[in-house]
Amino acid sequence: MECPQNLKGVRTINNRTDKIAEIIEASTAQFVAQCYELYELPPLGSLVKTGDIYGIVCHAETAGLEPGRKPIARGKDESSEEAIYQSSPQLLKLLRSEFTAAAVGYKGGDKILRYLPPQPARIHGFVYLCQPDEIKEFGQSFGFLNILINAALPVPTEELIAAALRQMSLAQEDSRAFLVAAGKELANLLSADFIRLKNILGKLS
Amino acid sequence: MTGKLGIVTTASLEKGVDVRLDSPVSVEDMVVGRYVTIEGQKRRFFGMITDVSLKFTDDRLAVSPPDVADPFIAEVLSGTSTFGTIHVTPMLTIGGDAASLLEGPQPVKTIPAHFSTVNLASEQDIENVFGKEDKERFFIGNPLDMETKLCLNLEEFVKRSNGIFGKSGTGKTFLTRILLIGILQKSKAVNLIFDMHNEYGWQGTSEKGPPVAGLKRLFPAKVAVFTLDEENSRRRDVKIDFVVKIGFDEIEPEDIVLLRQTLNLTEPAVEAVYQLRRRFGKSWIQNTLDIEGAEDTKELLESMNIHESTFQNLKRGLATIRRLPFIESHAPLDAVKNILTHLDHGTNVVLEFGRYRDITAYVLVANMLARRIYTQYQSRTEKAMAEGVTPPHPLVITIEEAHKFLNPEVSSQTIFGTIAREMRKYNVSLLVIDQRPSGIDTEVMSQMGTKITCLLDNERDIDSVLAGVSGKNELKAVLSRLAPKQQALIFGHAVPMPVAFQPREYGSAKSYKDFISSEQSTPAGKADKDIEKLWE
Repeated sequence: MECPQNLKGVRTINNRTDKIAEIIEASTAQFVAQCYELYELPPLGSLVKTGDIYGIVCHAETAGLEPGRKPIARGKDESSEEAIYQSSPQLLKLLRSEFTAAAVGYKGGDKILRYLPPQPARIHGFVYLCQPDEIKEFGQSFGFLNILINAALPVPTEELIAAALRQMSLAQEDSRAFLVAAGKELANLLSADFIRLKNILGKLS
Repeated sequence: MTGKLGIVTTASLEKGVDVRLDSPVSVEDMVVGRYVTIEGQKRRFFGMITDVSLKFTDDRLAVSPPDVADPFIAEVLSGTSTFGTIHVTPMLTIGGDAASLLEGPQPVKTIPAHFSTVNLASEQDIENVFGKEDKERFFIGNPLDMETKLCLNLEEFVKRSNGIFGKSGTGKTFLTRILLIGILQKSKAVNLIFDMHNEYGWQGTSEKGPPVAGLKRLFPAKVAVFTLDEENSRRRDVKIDFVVKIGFDEIEPEDIVLLRQTLNLTEPAVEAVYQLRRRFGKSWIQNTLDIEGAEDTKELLESMNIHESTFQNLKRGLATIRRLPFIESHAPLDAVKNILTHLDHGTNVVLEFGRYRDITAYVLVANMLARRIYTQYQSRTEKAMAEGVTPPHPLVITIEEAHKFLNPEVSSQTIFGTIAREMRKYNVSLLVIDQRPSGIDTEVMSQMGTKITCLLDNERDIDSVLAGVSGKNELKAVLSRLAPKQQALIFGHAVPMPVAFQPREYGSAKSYKDFISSEQSTPAGKADKDIEKLWE
């Protein structure tokens, strides 16, 4: 299965701006969405939105539909991975891809506010990947970094922040200046924890 | 470079203000001695950078330094996790309202609020504080790293005794020459200069390049050169106005007391001087030297309670004086009267010592002449006060190697000690030039109005120059980091706040022209011609 990449670096699945997933679990700080197509997951750290709420993809998984039923190995006699899916087309329906996004902001009026949303997202809400213009606008202020630093996340915070900033920088005209500015903001936020800062900065360039 | 440097983070009136530098500002551009302004909420503060330091937010940065070879990491960390700070000593405030604007800069009595903006002082700021070149203010140099003209109010300057200090070779003489020209041009005072090394009158030496012109060559009408050594002065082609001879009968016991150390006299010998003076009157030296070792001598000495060895000790000392070629048994012309006549006409007098550079001659002559001139001034000023007539021109006496006159042992006895202490009650003040200020009596040092100091690196010298100045420790940092040449720190009575500066140029044709052209009376054409002559 192909995962086409937009030239700008922002992944718009199948070059469309259509919805990519639907929310199946939501809380104030994060929401979980199931992708419409197996494996068509947004990359770690990318900016997604549902309704007025913005989220940063902080975790993703693909697993069987039923929690108790583990997939079994099927490829012993197949020549390629693709062939497994071709010979067992039901797999596409039995497996599902889900991702979790940390809520990092919402649109209040015509302004983007980088605070936790007042209400959590709605179940069955459609989730869209943000377009470069929107990413650029969102990246104008770094208030979301503090939310990420303090969030209880299933992945290491340093990894997520670095991934998110790398993703955002791709949409900027001057990605280096963007990363420097973000780095400075992080240096202020992590002023008492240089080792953590160093880890993040090491993953930015 | 102008613009915002950073913000105030902590401050205390006693310890000064700490400023966190903004990230684009490099610590390496911050040098001690530079001026900054702090925009407080209600007033502006004027201060001097007295320390620069590097700080970081997390100690682990020092333990495991980041990879600064990566320009990205270096750029991110600079100004955030790692940043520069400067320590500023506030010196003056300028209030925001109209009344305080009229009052001008005032001494600091408070500190700026948190996070006040700090800027480099602009040329305009410096001019507001120190004033523009005008009929009282004289351009003496530029504040360090600035183009602005630093002006000194010489009318104020000459009201007190002043000091110029610095290690040998730091530019004291050049600085003094500039100040003397300033006094000559901008104040009503006249100068009497005891020129031990023949540097001020006709021409002075320069470590680099050709000799530089002295005062007489730049201002022939306003300066008279007196000499103790006619032969030497003629050999150097100096146009001399008067040859000074000193008579034995002009030397007083006080002059000998001052020479005790240089003549190696014992305490009883000094006592004996007074007895001999009482006994023989004015011609006591001649009479003492004439005493031969006969029987009647013994009787004479016994009658005065002077021991034989004491007498011999004294006689040896007096013989040293007699060997000085400018000493005669009786001087034909009265040098003091002549100097006074010149001073009365507003002519500045430079007394050259020619070859007689040893300290005995210098101390003897300077003290003797100054004492008699001071006495004259004293009586004339008193008379002027009583009769309501104009007092004589204020007089500035310049002495070199001042610690020989003003050290704690003799300063109470020399006339210079008296002048320094009594200050300008009688319109006489001192310009003291010295390389060991620690040798000068603290009482005298404390009375000095304005002090200008070039580089000093002896701890005791620095302490004695800065004694009693507010922000002493901060100024110490500035002083000990002055360049070894042509940089100086001025503070005290005549300047609103201490400032480190580079003295204006002295020695090129252009510099002479600048000096002369600020003297309006000289026609420009003539000045040009004169300057060309200087280069011949």
